[in-house]
Amino acid sequence: MAAMAPGGASSSEIYKGHAKRLLLPTWLVIGVFLLVPVALMATYSVLTKEFRGGVIWEFSLAAYDQFFLDRGLFGDEPPRIEWTYLTIFWRSIWQAGLATLLCLLIGFPTAWFIATRDARMRTVWLLIVTVPYWVNLLIRTVSMKFLIRDEGPLNAVLLWSGLIDQPLGLINTNLAVQLGLFYSYLPFMVLPIYAAVERYDFALSEAAADLYAGRWTTLRLVILPVVRPGLIAGCILVFVPSLGAFLAPDLLGGAKSFMIGSLIEEQFKGAAGNWPFGAAAAMILMSIVMVVLLVYARAQTREATA
Amino acid sequence: MKQLDLRRFPGFFAITLLCVVVLYAPLLVVSVYSFNASTSITSWGGASLAWYVDVFTGPESPKFQRAAMNSLIIAVLAGICATLIATSAAVAMHRAGRFRGKTATFALINLPLMVPEVVTAVASLIFFTAIGFSGGIGTILLAHITFCIPFAYLPIAARMQSVPDSYEQAAMDLYATPWEAFRLILLPLMMPGIFSGFLLAFIISLDDFLITNFVKGAGVETLPTAIFGAVKQGIKPNIMAISTLMLAVSVVFVTLSWLIGRSGQAKKTE
Repeated sequence: MAAMAPGGASSSEIYKGHAKRLLLPTWLVIGVFLLVPVALMATYSVLTKEFRGGVIWEFSLAAYDQFFLDRGLFGDEPPRIEWTYLTIFWRSIWQAGLATLLCLLIGFPTAWFIATRDARMRTVWLLIVTVPYWVNLLIRTVSMKFLIRDEGPLNAVLLWSGLIDQPLGLINTNLAVQLGLFYSYLPFMVLPIYAAVERYDFALSEAAADLYAGRWTTLRLVILPVVRPGLIAGCILVFVPSLGAFLAPDLLGGAKSFMIGSLIEEQFKGAAGNWPFGAAAAMILMSIVMVVLLVYARAQTREATA
Repeated sequence: MKQLDLRRFPGFFAITLLCVVVLYAPLLVVSVYSFNASTSITSWGGASLAWYVDVFTGPESPKFQRAAMNSLIIAVLAGICATLIATSAAVAMHRAGRFRGKTATFALINLPLMVPEVVTAVASLIFFTAIGFSGGIGTILLAHITFCIPFAYLPIAARMQSVPDSYEQAAMDLYATPWEAFRLILLPLMMPGIFSGFLLAFIISLDDFLITNFVKGAGVETLPTAIFGAVKQGIKPNIMAISTLMLAVSVVFVTLSWLIGRSGQAKKTE
């Protein structure tokens, strides 16, 4: 994502003077169909709700008020903190964080193993790990649901082997959502780490070994710091989509594993039908993601200049 | 002295195998069960192609075929449009020197990757409703072109960086116009990148559920939204057959793009 800096090494000037004309379609399409809509969404979040979906063009902070403050059933009590939505956001953040951590713990050794094969086996392993990424996410999530259902093959095998005497009851739990997120975004973790390990100079490991560092000491003090940009890129690529995920919590989770994506969806497609509130929740989600990306970008520029 | 193999860490191979098992187990199980003769999804009733026949001739087949057709049309058109726009942008970003707003443009191209999908979905729905576009193939297509641009851009820009501009320079020394240098020199050299850009955009468009579900309006379905609607009422064997077919299509596409990528690399090292 951030591999190609603008300008950079190839600042060829063959078509100098044509940049504006060449970029016009990009500016138009992304500007009109993404920037303008996001600006409109920000506007909708401070408008008054219309009861059957849509808005009335009247300024109101009701959506944010509803999100953060509890004013009692009739709205006349002194405001207290509203925990309903903060709980959903908090659950999304730790689910996404845990999925990121799990992907990292499994993804790093996998990426390392693949990057240290010889050239031919490397491409084979890489293909094996990337193929699932290309399979439709909905299909993958449905497949996971099929596998871990109470009557599904996973429980059938475990029951048959005598390891358990009743189904695990995974479906509709936070654990099932976690499994779904981990499964959905694992390839996103492996690929950037693989790219970093592939560039790793093994002379560094040799130097560490010459200085009597053991294998794990070398990993901790030499390898991990060197491949850190890859680790961080992988974490971002897993955390950001997990945070706003819709399919995994919707198909694998239940009422107690509700996440931001479902909360927002419900305001537009579901029974809730509160557009300004949905827009406000989307604005808050986007702000969290933008903060994460900004911190990442700043850390990168600091590393580049240091 | 026993040489310490610096590349080996005990346990890493086991974790890699675990990784592969986790990635493939659900897909494998669904593929196997799609050949189940039984109408129940729980018990195994012998191997059969019954559910594949059902996908093409069964009572639900017209619905899924129409949805598949819509998905295909949208993915091809979105792929082509995104590839054209991304190619044009890549030329500006890598072959037109410095210009004002270059950094901002780079951020703009990558914006669809940075905004969470559900946010893009909400924003698009609000936008299309506000300007009075009712949902349909048109709105889906416009939304898909937008989020496919960065995916098409990545391989195209990567390829452009690896092609030195000396060929075009030579052409222009021989009085080629910039357009001729682009069309006769750069474009043919770019083809592997442009093709992988198109494939990537095509797959990403085909994959999308969330944004499509928001902007599609009533009555129009793509394959993912049709499958989602069906799965909400429980996983049925015909869904598993459709899933396995889509799985097969994905595998064919990845292998294809991998082979094209490899042939591009082979030429480079010659």
